[in-house]
Amino acid sequence: MQLAPARLHRSLRHPWTLGVLGVAVVVLLWFLISNSGVVDKLFLPSPQAVWAAGQNQWSSGLLLKDAIASIQRVFIGFAMSAGLALPIGIVMGTNVIICRLLEPLMALIRYMPAPAFIPLLIIYFGLEELPKVLLIFIGTFFFNTLMIMDAVKFVPHELVETARTLGGRGLPILTRVVAPYIAPQVLDTYRINMASAWNLVIVAELVAASEGLGKRISLSQRFLRTDEIFVGLIVIGLIGLAIDLGFRFLMRRACSWAN
Amino acid sequence: MPIQLQVSNVCKSFGHGPQAKLVLDQVSFDLQGGQFLALVGSSGSGKSTVMRLIAGLDRPSSGTITLDGQAVRGPGFDRGMVFQKYSLYPWLTAAQNVAFGMELQQRSRQDIRERTAYFLEVVGLADAGRLFPRELSGGMQQRIAIARALAAEPKVLLLDEPFGALDIQIRESMQEFLHGLWRQTGLTALLITHDLEEALLLAGQVHIMAPSPGRIVRSVTVELDRRDMAQLRLSPLFLELRENLAQSLRSLEPAGRR
Repeated sequence: MQLAPARLHRSLRHPWTLGVLGVAVVVLLWFLISNSGVVDKLFLPSPQAVWAAGQNQWSSGLLLKDAIASIQRVFIGFAMSAGLALPIGIVMGTNVIICRLLEPLMALIRYMPAPAFIPLLIIYFGLEELPKVLLIFIGTFFFNTLMIMDAVKFVPHELVETARTLGGRGLPILTRVVAPYIAPQVLDTYRINMASAWNLVIVAELVAASEGLGKRISLSQRFLRTDEIFVGLIVIGLIGLAIDLGFRFLMRRACSWAN
Repeated sequence: MPIQLQVSNVCKSFGHGPQAKLVLDQVSFDLQGGQFLALVGSSGSGKSTVMRLIAGLDRPSSGTITLDGQAVRGPGFDRGMVFQKYSLYPWLTAAQNVAFGMELQQRSRQDIRERTAYFLEVVGLADAGRLFPRELSGGMQQRIAIARALAAEPKVLLLDEPFGALDIQIRESMQEFLHGLWRQTGLTALLITHDLEEALLLAGQVHIMAPSPGRIVRSVTVELDRRDMAQLRLSPLFLELRENLAQSLRSLEPAGRR
């Protein structure tokens, strides 16, 4: 079957075509190399083997349980971070005194790698859910706050001053001018920092957990099950991608004016 | 006509102590109800600062500004303002932008709806209400900004270089539009511009400002037949007036400065 050049051209122009093509090429290479016997199966399991391992984990219910455990941690930790960063970021962006008070502190903590807090968190809170959720919080809260603060600072003066000359003051300016203006940037901030949240949940689970995708990966390592490690990695990637696309969708729907 | 807006002996300096810079020196003028007044000057003449002080967005260092006898203490909808650019809310449609100030004032919904329709009509954009700012040309955006300011029922309309960001042809048609609007509504308007021609075409009274420190150096009353503005722009009388004032403006700048 031959694609007419015009049609080929049109389908190439679709924004997803090349992306899907890129993934397909990598999977194909993976398939060819792993099945050629050049690389030890232990190091590079074939796509079929990974698929089988994935099905296995799915039917035993482990995959779903692990995924839910990880997703839950990410959502609780990130919801705390996002929910608290929004008001604090807005206050820092609008109030010079509070900004001067908090910004250096936050900028300092922001550069402390969040995983370095794990030993402390374990000493303080043990091995349960709380230290993992807090790790995600610590690792994303300061970025979220400072990025929201910046978004608020860049609200054009004209927009605020226009509202003031129209009789607006205080809270209405916040809700009717600042909030809608920063909404797209806030969503984008969350989208970007969500990736860190995923990093951190896996790191936390690698260190200590009874379930979760990170935990499964570290268990698989103990039994040299590279196929299961691949399953874990791919699932983590897919969930992350889904969340990313979700945020983009939300942004397009809620903030069409900003595109 | 009674004096509506009174600016007396207003000084403004920025900074403190020895670094303080005087940007306005003893600026005084009156604006009567229904009058159209223009402040003309180059950049640095402090004309925009005067506007911000009247709008209440900044406070004078000394001197007083009163509106209908009441001292100006901060921004309020009795002084509507139109900025040079970037002042429509991009997430709101044209009609929602026009309604914005009235919503802040918590007028009744019906009132808002009627006045929005009316002022869209006044600025000639009755059909553009559903469009977003990015779908409007620069001139249309400024008309919506003017409609928004007028809909809030200001006593004085402050226009800060409202056409400064527009192309020359659009600027001319906007000047005609603004003049027509002024005749039609009898609004009291204060225009800030660096464009002497614009000031003379629109205002009955023109104050010329000079920089360092910003002050009013010359005031002219302009009486022209503005019914045919395109004609007026080219009439010898108008050109002569403009050239006279332009010369006196140039002589204000000491040679070699800038």
